[in-house]
Amino acid sequence: MKKMSNKYRHLVWPLASLALLLLYNAFFTEDFFKVYVKKGNASEQTQVVGKKDNTPAAQQPVAQPTEQQPPAEQQPVAQPTEQQPPAEQQPVAQTAEQSQPEEKDGGFSIFDYHFSGTPVLILKQGSEVMLLAIGMTLVIATGGIDISVGAVMAIAGAVAALLMDMFEHQLPASAMETGLYWLIPVFAALLLATLCGFWNGMLVAGCGIQPMVATLVLMVSGRGMAQLITSIGRSKPEQITFQSEQLAFLRNGYVLMVPCCLWIVVIMYIIAGLLTRKTALGLFIESVGNNEHASRYAGIESRRIKWLAYIICGFCAGMAGLLTLCDTKSIDANNAGLYLELDAILATVIGGTSMAGGRFFLSGSLIGAILIQTLTATMIANKVDSSIIPLPKALVVIIVCLLQSPVFRAKVFSLFASKSAKGGVQ
Amino acid sequence: MKTFKIPLRYVPIAATISVFCVVYLIGIICYDGFGVLSIFDLLQDNSYLGIAAIGTALVILTGGIDLSVGSVIAFTTILIAKILVAGGNAFLAISLALALGTLFGFCQGCLIHYFSLPPFLLTLAGMFFVRGCAFVVNVSDVPIKRDAVFDFVTDNLSISIGSEITISFYVVVYIVLLIAAIIFSQRTRAGRNIYAIGDNELAATLMGIPVGRTKIMTYTIAGFCYALGGVAFAFYLKSGYASHCVGMEMEAIAAVVIGGTLLTGGVGYIFGSFFGVLVLGLITALITYDGLDSCWSRIIVGLLMLVFIFMQNMITKISKSKSKSH
Amino acid sequence: MDLLQTKGIEKQFLGVKALKGVDFSVKAGEIHALMGENGAGKSTLIKIITGVYPATAGSVYFNGKECKFRSPLDAEHAGISTVYQEVNLLPDLSVAENICIGREPRTKLGFINKKKLKEQARKALARLDIDINVGENLSSYSIAIQQLVAIARALDVDCKMLILDEPTSSLDENEVKELFSVMKKLREEGMAIIFITHFLDQVYEVSDRITILRDGQLVGSYDAKDLPRIEMVAKMIGKTPDQINQMQASIVKNTKFGDVVYEAKGIGCTGTISPVDLNIRAGEQLGLAGLLGSGRSEVAQMIFGVDPHDSGAMTMDGRPVNFNRPQKAVKAKVALIAEDRKVTGIIPDLTIRENIILALQASKGIWKTLSPKQQEEMTEKYIKLLRIKTPSGEQLIKHLSGGNQQKVLIARWLATSPKLLILDEPTRGIDVGAKAEIEALTQELCGEGMAVIFISSELEEVVRDCDRVIVLRDRKKVGEIAGSDISLKNIMKLIAG
Repeated sequence: MKKMSNKYRHLVWPLASLALLLLYNAFFTEDFFKVYVKKGNASEQTQVVGKKDNTPAAQQPVAQPTEQQPPAEQQPVAQPTEQQPPAEQQPVAQTAEQSQPEEKDGGFSIFDYHFSGTPVLILKQGSEVMLLAIGMTLVIATGGIDISVGAVMAIAGAVAALLMDMFEHQLPASAMETGLYWLIPVFAALLLATLCGFWNGMLVAGCGIQPMVATLVLMVSGRGMAQLITSIGRSKPEQITFQSEQLAFLRNGYVLMVPCCLWIVVIMYIIAGLLTRKTALGLFIESVGNNEHASRYAGIESRRIKWLAYIICGFCAGMAGLLTLCDTKSIDANNAGLYLELDAILATVIGGTSMAGGRFFLSGSLIGAILIQTLTATMIANKVDSSIIPLPKALVVIIVCLLQSPVFRAKVFSLFASKSAKGGVQ
Repeated sequence: MKTFKIPLRYVPIAATISVFCVVYLIGIICYDGFGVLSIFDLLQDNSYLGIAAIGTALVILTGGIDLSVGSVIAFTTILIAKILVAGGNAFLAISLALALGTLFGFCQGCLIHYFSLPPFLLTLAGMFFVRGCAFVVNVSDVPIKRDAVFDFVTDNLSISIGSEITISFYVVVYIVLLIAAIIFSQRTRAGRNIYAIGDNELAATLMGIPVGRTKIMTYTIAGFCYALGGVAFAFYLKSGYASHCVGMEMEAIAAVVIGGTLLTGGVGYIFGSFFGVLVLGLITALITYDGLDSCWSRIIVGLLMLVFIFMQNMITKISKSKSKSH
Repeated sequence: MDLLQTKGIEKQFLGVKALKGVDFSVKAGEIHALMGENGAGKSTLIKIITGVYPATAGSVYFNGKECKFRSPLDAEHAGISTVYQEVNLLPDLSVAENICIGREPRTKLGFINKKKLKEQARKALARLDIDINVGENLSSYSIAIQQLVAIARALDVDCKMLILDEPTSSLDENEVKELFSVMKKLREEGMAIIFITHFLDQVYEVSDRITILRDGQLVGSYDAKDLPRIEMVAKMIGKTPDQINQMQASIVKNTKFGDVVYEAKGIGCTGTISPVDLNIRAGEQLGLAGLLGSGRSEVAQMIFGVDPHDSGAMTMDGRPVNFNRPQKAVKAKVALIAEDRKVTGIIPDLTIRENIILALQASKGIWKTLSPKQQEEMTEKYIKLLRIKTPSGEQLIKHLSGGNQQKVLIARWLATSPKLLILDEPTRGIDVGAKAEIEALTQELCGEGMAVIFISSELEEVVRDCDRVIVLRDRKKVGEIAGSDISLKNIMKLIAG
């Protein structure tokens, strides 16, 4: 029993906070927990809900000093989740007569239906941050940080969109539908993203540059590169759109009633978990992050371990970029993944991994990401203007920082200690 | 033959100035209409960034970082706009904005110092917080009306040289602030203390430098600078909008790095940030001039930052080996 | 006439009494050396004098008044300045600023007067007969000059007593000479100087009086000219002349050793260790003896690759090797249990089990993992073998006592079945019972064919257990004794020189 409590202790706070949030929603938000079963399993265009509104005016490009800033740039109208449940009042799907003509056998088939509702939406929209949090956790565990993941997402999405669009214009529609061409953009995006991670690792582990400084370079220039990619074959960078349903399935489709993107997240977490806990990689990462000097004394190749962490982080960012692309079947290099690195860092820290490095908790980061997304969804559902959402987020960041600060904890404990010493009754 | 050797500590700022000259020359050579006078245009378009970058530079010199720049500027613009629309005068609006910005900086500084919070995370929270507050003031954009005070300020505080050139008042403000900041950082005890803390905080404590007071003061000044930058931006763009300047903190940091300041603190000149801002503005201007996509400016700025980071790395290694080998 | 006087200073840390009533005094106008081996209490005493932390009992008098300093700054205001081993100044600010920061001369308007600043700095340096460009950054000067700048700063704040903590460790001969002439000059001017060092030659070159501490107690304060070297060494290690004569090597053990496992010819590290020859055979226990600071740990680190050697060559099992990184040494089955376990040893937030298997796992790489069962068995085995006091192997190592942490580190390296094991002060901070166990363990390992290099300040251990002893003094090898020649007397003769 003691063994268990040590292993899962880090999950207490995030789970408790999540539970609190859900409790609040249970009372104050209508239909928050209603999960519907809906017809269809193909890609469905999700409305641009909440996700992009985490970030203030996400659509605004970096202020260009030499152009007059047209002040009235509107955000695409972001409709909060509350609109969804009324539109989906479909009762649980009926019998075979109403099911798809492809049904051979009668009766309810899980391939034709999917879950939907606010909880599902939360998980879907949080999938990018959940993926980013995997890589970020490992990087932070080595004592570093990677603030370029948002930019890497944009690069990955841009490459995939470009290639997909090229294919769609060059190849006949029939080939597109039956072939596996959509795999190529996926592969290219992941490859490029991993290379970005390799680059970051080279600066940090190879050249010994401070992680924040090193990843700042890619953060600044990465979006420019993504924009450049989206301008290939065109007169200027623009939002590239593609049509392929197969590619978009990755994000919007459903497999066995569960969103495909969620499967991807789960599989990635399982792979990451196996990689770190079934091999010695996790141990080495924790050792390097906790005491790099002693780790090298013990014979661990600390440089390689750090490099590897950044490579994995790049790969995860690539996956997240693909998902964000498939969400709306288009990529906006300026805004894809904007500020998501901050969400990923927050998720990691909430999950119990310390910014100083050492012990890391992938499960904690997952819960942290879900917590952040739930917080956003709660606020939207309670008619908080999407642009004000950053405010409570700020509070969360401050609270988490304070809790991790030894100075703060000492002050709080001394307060409690003196209270109990005075015989204060509770 | 006399060899001209630059002391190691001046290499970064020499590099910055050289980069500026090179890019400027490119501008003059390659593009018509780009001449000596373009400097004034550059200043016109970038003084808000320059003012904010002064605050960022001071914070970075103490070894910290501040991500709340863009948010404070946006907040300032929307606040001023709202007050003017509600009938207040410009003086009131500007003073209130400056006071709030300074107060915000003070709070950030206190939290960072007293609880030993990592500046990156705390100012990240600050960024979210102020951005949210800006939207609370007003969700949509508000144009800034010109009132009597506004006109007074604009007309009388700007300098005209001949009939062609007008140096707007916010450029004047920038230059004045720049000179003040340079004097502060080089010739006052408080300014030198900032450098000491960024260079070796432990040694600074042992040497009796008031670390806490200095850090809090730095963040407070930075908050003031951002608010002042917001005032400049408001006058420049004549609009208040809570969504202004998203991501601008990265521009400010880039300007400071390209200006030769080390991100770990203790090394660098405020004067360098001036050139850093100009380089940034120049690159963007030239790229727009050329009809190229703005994405190139991001790429080039990123590359420039990389070059400067490597340069600083090399300089540190060289001076370390120098002191060892004796 | 005493400038500084401490009466009955005691200092209690959790469970450890670092100082047990020390009376110590320093006069104005003298250079006073403070000496002692490990655990003597030197640094604790200095920290109390300079206000880093307060004494548990006793009092400090400076300039006739009792003082209770709450910080080094307090002490500095009273006139006590310290120059630390790592200098602790501001490398990227100018020399002038380093000397005057916080007290820069100002113009009427309140701005710093750069001209007067440089003058002030130059004046301070001139008192040390130094003339350098004070406008240059501090980092562009050598460590020796940086130290002198630190001393100049102390002078500028009107220091009456200067504490120099191991100032000569990073200096070459000429720089040491220069530092000493500066110290002598200051002494003539009436400054009191406390000089902490491990270099025996230097002590006699420059000190007027010598105070020796041992185990937190004052052994005595002597005039340098009245204290012969060998007596000083004896007092430092706590043995009377009779005891020294009596301690002989125990029965000469088995002399059948295997082949030479490791050999080094002329390996040295500039600035750290002068070139050294050594070799060791399988089953042999080689001791490195010498006082603290003589370079024993440095030799070990050089062999292990932490401080790569820049001269000479080494072979392992006859094949040339170049250990310039610990990973290389580990692969070649060399293991080092270093002295400072906090920095070079324990991974604080990992469990005991993880700390034990770490080196073995590191040598196997990422993919070939030890199964949980193997890990548990290994952990149990070593907890039993070394009697590590812990409720379970899943306890975090940072919660263990120092001695038990040391045992975990020993376990870590034993698990890798090394051919050459280097033990640097393995019994430091360990209780008597465990010490005996570790000694017996090392004997057993040698019996099984492991080569062991054994470094210890407890010279009886060295005399008792080692088959050969290399003696070091002042970062140089000064001798090698084997077999029946091993005796405390002989070792001390070599140390004293």
